[in-house]
Amino acid sequence: MSIFINKDTKVLVQGITGSVGAFHTKQMLEYGTKIVGGVTPGKSGSKIEGVPVFNSVYDAVKATGANASVVYVPPGFAADAICEAFDAGLDIVICITEGIPILDMVKAKRFMEGKKTRLVGPNCPGVITPGECKIGIMPGYIHKPGTIGIVSKSGTLTYEAVHQVTTIGLGQSTCIGIGGDPINGTNFIDVLSAFQADSKTEAVIMIGEIGGTAEEEAAAFVKAKMTKPVVGFVAGLTAPKGKRMGHAGAIISGGKGTAAEKIEAFRAAGISVSETPSDMGKTLARRLGLKVN
Amino acid sequence: MNIHEYQAKGVLSKYGVAVPKGKVADNPAEAEAIAEEFGTAVVVKAQIHAGGRGKGGGVKFAKTPAEAREYAKQIIGMTLVTHQTGPQGKKVKRVLIEQAGKIKRELYLGMVIDRGMSRVVMMASTEGGMEIETVAAKTPEKILKEWVDPAVGLMPFQARKLAFGLGIPGELTGKTVKFMTGLYKAFVDTDCSLAEINPLVLTEDGDIVALDAKMNFDGNGLFRHKDIEAMRDLDEEDPTETEASRFGLSYISLDGTIGCMVNGAGLAMATMDMIKHCGGSPANFLDVGGGATAEQVTNAFRLILSDTKVKAILVNIFGGIMRCDIIAEGVVAAAKTLGLSVPLVVRLEGTNVEKGKEILAAAKLNIIPAADMGDAAKKVVLAAAGRTN
Repeated sequence: MSIFINKDTKVLVQGITGSVGAFHTKQMLEYGTKIVGGVTPGKSGSKIEGVPVFNSVYDAVKATGANASVVYVPPGFAADAICEAFDAGLDIVICITEGIPILDMVKAKRFMEGKKTRLVGPNCPGVITPGECKIGIMPGYIHKPGTIGIVSKSGTLTYEAVHQVTTIGLGQSTCIGIGGDPINGTNFIDVLSAFQADSKTEAVIMIGEIGGTAEEEAAAFVKAKMTKPVVGFVAGLTAPKGKRMGHAGAIISGGKGTAAEKIEAFRAAGISVSETPSDMGKTLARRLGLKVN
Repeated sequence: MNIHEYQAKGVLSKYGVAVPKGKVADNPAEAEAIAEEFGTAVVVKAQIHAGGRGKGGGVKFAKTPAEAREYAKQIIGMTLVTHQTGPQGKKVKRVLIEQAGKIKRELYLGMVIDRGMSRVVMMASTEGGMEIETVAAKTPEKILKEWVDPAVGLMPFQARKLAFGLGIPGELTGKTVKFMTGLYKAFVDTDCSLAEINPLVLTEDGDIVALDAKMNFDGNGLFRHKDIEAMRDLDEEDPTETEASRFGLSYISLDGTIGCMVNGAGLAMATMDMIKHCGGSPANFLDVGGGATAEQVTNAFRLILSDTKVKAILVNIFGGIMRCDIIAEGVVAAAKTLGLSVPLVVRLEGTNVEKGKEILAAAKLNIIPAADMGDAAKKVVLAAAGRTN
């Protein structure tokens, strides 16, 4: 088992004819992901890496039976692409695009209300169920099928966690980057509750960062609803106030959203906190009662 | 991106938001001429990107044009220090000359994006002139909020709810609704991330006007607002950060001694934390992004080396899509062209890591390799202190 995506997920690539879209289409195909179609308005009839291109998500779904999409569309058009995928009734839309204007996301979120589709991202590395399906930009080969679920706001920090989990001899059930934007689709709680329900996932690593209150809300959820062990890390203890640290959402504003507050909330919820980013694997091993070298 | 008060008032007045009559002056003579033209008492206000200007001596009440000239002379060119500028302060280049009105009440009105609700929220409070964070911490019940449905915009009834909640007299309801709906329209039309009217004032003459105005814009939305982008004042920004943004690098100056170059924002923050954990202090946050090229790596090095506080550099890369051999080539090229004057610790992991390590070793540069993040942080902290163990 896994969450959100598996070997049967049929994926469309929105923005497949762009250089980023085409590059990652190739990478995902090589990993074994079932890429069944691409979408670029006005490019219907062409092919990228042998994948047929359609004018709209609706056309692509009709022709291929796709149930998922990944968005590599440039920032100014990405919110529209997300809404199009929702309108076509897909199960999941994963938006990689960084730099979408926040008010575009405010409108898109309003459009999404009441629809069954799940959005992951934007500004995220994607979702991977190792050995089955990779949707996004993460390096596939570092992952190994296993029992640890990973959820994170940051891409490279997720890779770091994956690497450390592999180093202690474990693998991953599903890894999900929820993205570093202030307004996103799937949040920590959505992922945690899916991991809790997933029979294959035995423990979870959750990686947060400064800004907003998503980590605090997730901690409350862990305390109330999770029986599986959770290990946490929060980046940005040394981040100065009022400065945007790379991610649009990573900012301590009005003294709120500090790493210290989040770590405190993690601890209070019984989450095992990794003191440093290089101790995530060791902290997990300790929590699971495994021997650490 | 931030703009000056006079620019924000210019933008807002186009949307029917009432602001005092005012003009900007670059020198004392202009200030006097504007005061003369208005024919009333005026307020002379320093224009810098920071709040708390009044307390710092940057806002003066002038009864006559001669006084306006005198105050402008004092303020233009002064280094204004407020609680938001930092101890170094900011140099004032121009002043806003505004008609002074008689103030009856001071209120607060602000708009931000509520991340949790995924909506724009309008906030109002009777505590005008105070920082909203202080009000939120001490008396949260004094902040009234209306979340806006983006499909219909701020509805007049919502504006009325806020107006009555603030105790604005009934005869001013119409003007208040016009003010608030105008503010919302300006916010969404220009891709604002924050708009603050503090204070919002009721005047003796029965008007409601924005005595101060602050607008911040979403950098991701600027591509569709060339007019707003043109208001950018580079003198108000950190020159290194500005240069970094030209190269597509995300850079923040800090006050430590260890320069950092990392791919990914989360990993970059975590690297800073790791350095601190090991007893050092980071000189900067620098995210080279997921798809950086050798050229970007060189530019990143140049930025780090331009900071004279830097005593050692840590490169921490987890190569995913970004291959370690490309990074290694970039590091070698930069070290050779720029001349490496400080110790360099490199930690590479991920795609093509062995190739990357070979390239670094073959270059015969004074590079200290590190096995993992923890090892890298320890080594760079020692190196910055001029030690090896």
